[in-house]
Amino acid sequence: MATAIDRDRVQQLVDKGAQLVEVLPAKEYEEDHLPGARSVPLRQINQEGAATLDRSRPLIVYCWDMA
Amino acid sequence: MAPRAAARLETLGFKDVFHYKGGKLDWMASGQLTEGENSKRPRAADVARNDVATCRLDDRLGDVRERAHATGLDAAVVVDAQRVVLGLLRGAELAKDPDLTIDRAMRPGPSTFRPYVPIKEMADYMDKHNLESSPITTSDGKLVGLLLHSDARQQAEGCPDCARPMIQTVL
Repeated sequence: MATAIDRDRVQQLVDKGAQLVEVLPAKEYEEDHLPGARSVPLRQINQEGAATLDRSRPLIVYCWDMA
Repeated sequence: MAPRAAARLETLGFKDVFHYKGGKLDWMASGQLTEGENSKRPRAADVARNDVATCRLDDRLGDVRERAHATGLDAAVVVDAQRVVLGLLRGAELAKDPDLTIDRAMRPGPSTFRPYVPIKEMADYMDKHNLESSPITTSDGKLVGLLLHSDARQQAEGCPDCARPMIQTVL
């Protein structure tokens, strides 16, 4: 099961090379996203969407809030 | 959504998956920068007057009115020692008996808004709720500045609506 992390841990992991992935709809990503984040909306997380991500690096996903 | 996304990625074979539990809202509320279209447009904090007069609960209204008018604004914000917003004095409150203490004269518990709200959304909200001014605060309630309706409306000119309303999540 994926580990829930806070903002400080996000920054630590990103500094070490982790990928940031926003899973909100693309329109919301276009308006605001964390620096360096990629957009892979939830409904596009499948074999094709996964192929765009680097499996050798840790991966941090986020949405709007805790929901 | 993020926990479900993380779980799905694990089923696709990803090993080191984390989900940021606070999400984008937590990121922006902490004052961190973002990228994207909104980052190129004014937000509430960019337009708010940070030179607004502030006062304490035991100040005398007449004194505060003079300080407020010296800034060119018919408003002042009531704060505590940590600049946490306690109340608001708009024109109607400033016009009360000058010998009142601020505690007796102020409008307590005003709605506050976060610095990252796009100015177009702020202007529309202030139109709808007939707000002449609103305090902009950090997520821990500390004053950033006072946003005037006239400033918000002027800066919102030409700005598009946003996909996700931000005000409803922070009131």
